Amino acid sequence: MELSGGQILVECLKAEGVDVVFGYPGGAVLHIYDALFQQEQVKHVLVRHEQGAVHMADGYARATGKPGVVLVTSGPGATNAVTGIATAHMDSIPLIVITGQVPTTLIGNDAFQEVDNVGITRPCVKHNFLVKDVRDIAITMKKAFYIATTGRPGPVVVDIPKDVTDPRVMIPFDYPASVSLRSYHPTVKGHTGQIRKAIDLIINAERPIIYSGGGVILGGASSQLTRFARLLNYPITNTLMGLGAYPASDRQFLGMLGMHGTYEANMGMHHCDVLIAIGARFDDRVTGNLAKFCPTAKIVHIDIDPASISKNVVVDVPIVGSIKSVLEDMLPLIEEAGGAKQPEALTAWWAQIAQWRDMRCLDFKTNGDVIKPQYVVQKVWEITQGDAYVTSDVGQHQMWAAQYYGFDKPNRWINSGGLGTMGFGLPAALGVKFAYPDEEVVCVTGEGSIQMCIQELSTALQYHLPVKVVSLNNRYLGMVRQWQEFFYSGRYAMSYMEALPDFVKLAESYGHVGMRIEKASDVEGALREAFAMRDRLVFMDFQTDPTENVYPMVPAGAGLNEMILV
Amino acid sequence: MRHIISILMENEAGALSRVAGLFSARGYNIESLCVAPTVDETLSRMTLVTRGDEQIIEQIIKQLNKLIDVVKVQDMADAPHIERELMLIKVQALDNSRNEVYRLAEIFRGQIIDVSESSYTIQMVGPGHKLDAFLNALGAIPVVEIVRSGALGIARGPRGMAVPEA
Repeated sequence: MELSGGQILVECLKAEGVDVVFGYPGGAVLHIYDALFQQEQVKHVLVRHEQGAVHMADGYARATGKPGVVLVTSGPGATNAVTGIATAHMDSIPLIVITGQVPTTLIGNDAFQEVDNVGITRPCVKHNFLVKDVRDIAITMKKAFYIATTGRPGPVVVDIPKDVTDPRVMIPFDYPASVSLRSYHPTVKGHTGQIRKAIDLIINAERPIIYSGGGVILGGASSQLTRFARLLNYPITNTLMGLGAYPASDRQFLGMLGMHGTYEANMGMHHCDVLIAIGARFDDRVTGNLAKFCPTAKIVHIDIDPASISKNVVVDVPIVGSIKSVLEDMLPLIEEAGGAKQPEALTAWWAQIAQWRDMRCLDFKTNGDVIKPQYVVQKVWEITQGDAYVTSDVGQHQMWAAQYYGFDKPNRWINSGGLGTMGFGLPAALGVKFAYPDEEVVCVTGEGSIQMCIQELSTALQYHLPVKVVSLNNRYLGMVRQWQEFFYSGRYAMSYMEALPDFVKLAESYGHVGMRIEKASDVEGALREAFAMRDRLVFMDFQTDPTENVYPMVPAGAGLNEMILV
Repeated sequence: MRHIISILMENEAGALSRVAGLFSARGYNIESLCVAPTVDETLSRMTLVTRGDEQIIEQIIKQLNKLIDVVKVQDMADAPHIERELMLIKVQALDNSRNEVYRLAEIFRGQIIDVSESSYTIQMVGPGHKLDAFLNALGAIPVVEIVRSGALGIARGPRGMAVPEA
């Protein structure tokens, strides 16, 4: 069978089991769009801005564990996608981003809608390709999917010049069954000797803590992690990216750690004698001041990426491998050893943790009928029975969602942790809803973030993606305002939005339902009403307390034991 | 500490910029960088000189290995090795300094590869510190131009740097 480059590309997507592409057409990708148009298996979601396309594919990937696929044109199409690509890169999300390019004969000529896309995206992809020959499309796509989804996952950009997909050039198509690269062999199996060393340290710990991150979710190792923690009866904390990998409602769970982590999680980190880091990367928002980080701990670190090990914090027992494989190797060894060896010390440690918990660091003060943002998130949790897919944008509302929506399952909490991309939440929610039309999908956002990708409300209507938007509208860029209050003597430089749209009318003009909620006593009723509208996108504009801050907080430069509680 | 790092990578467009970009993005310094194809034309061999403490060098090696196009990375400091650099240097050689420059070039086993009425161009090969020593020895004699290749390194003994078995 002879096919054109555009047809080959579509056949590659089919062969990889791709059911949807998020994209936006343009000159350089017209041949590809023409090929997409003439088949039905691979669906296409037309976005309103390329950044939205990448975030949608990203949300889809985070919820399903499958790679997300994006198709955009050359030049501005590609540069608009860069923020989304960098977002996925920082959080290790597998994406295939196909970008059009000007014809090979014009590359380097400053042609219309030309950018050096391979050059621009190089620092924010796992890998990228420029395909200069139609005969290379199939093998390149095979490599792209392989690289994006194995090892530490990440986005792969495939840049395709227009002449490479020319419908007049037909060649035989054969999709390779497998691919191997001599320069790329991700380690899966952990080193047996290192595992034994780690087990010895782990079972003999007196004040242990498990610190697990997004790697557990990416590696599909949530059930192994849960068994591991329960077998040992050790306390566990999750990073922002790792929430849901261990059930939040479990008694061993201490909550999130880090800058806005719980008192018990951060104090547990600071005072532990053995730190078991699993699929986490010792990010600066987690560690606080490195010089004061876990001063008495021996550290075991399990990660699939050797470059994550001893990057920020030098560890005692590194294990490179997939989290699932390493934990599966560890579980029988712990069972053979009869579990943890220091029951008395562990009892004392749990007693200490109970005291820290008694500080009730997430309690917040109510103020008459003023809507507290934390209360809104708590109610969303109640009404969705803690089982919704929750995406967020970036800022205070993100932290409140992370703190007050207890995730019991993995892949349910979807946010831009590494890059901190405002505008992520709504398109990500649409991507999730596309994958799981029967599930409840909520985007927790603020009036600042939502305006960065608000045009995707239009996409939501076209493809009938009835997500629920919970906007915590405090009229301020809240996290900026909070830092200005704490560290800039209340000089609120450019953090107040004086002119905001009427979000109710805005939602309505996009064909959705808008609600404005001004009193705490109306919150629950409004939420129930909104969630009862299963088939409609409902935009809820909650007028929240403008001066509420996120607590607890570890100020920049402080150790994890030096928290501001309220 | 100064390290010579040898890299075998796929001989593909943009491979060099992946390495250079990695160093600038992560704030590592590059003292010198040489790159050329190898016997196997699908591979390029890159020799890079950098400085950093043990932890930084470890990160550099890991980050290099993480680049998809990189086939193999070797820190020359891990084993006995030979370092060589080529320098072409154009020195003013007038009546009174002409003999002195000639003599110094001889002492340092340099070769004079071009001559004019007022200059000698000398080719010299050796480890970087030898080339530095020659420059010092020239003292007050004016140097017109210097071109240095940056260091190359190769391990001592019979074994070569090869593509690892899959």
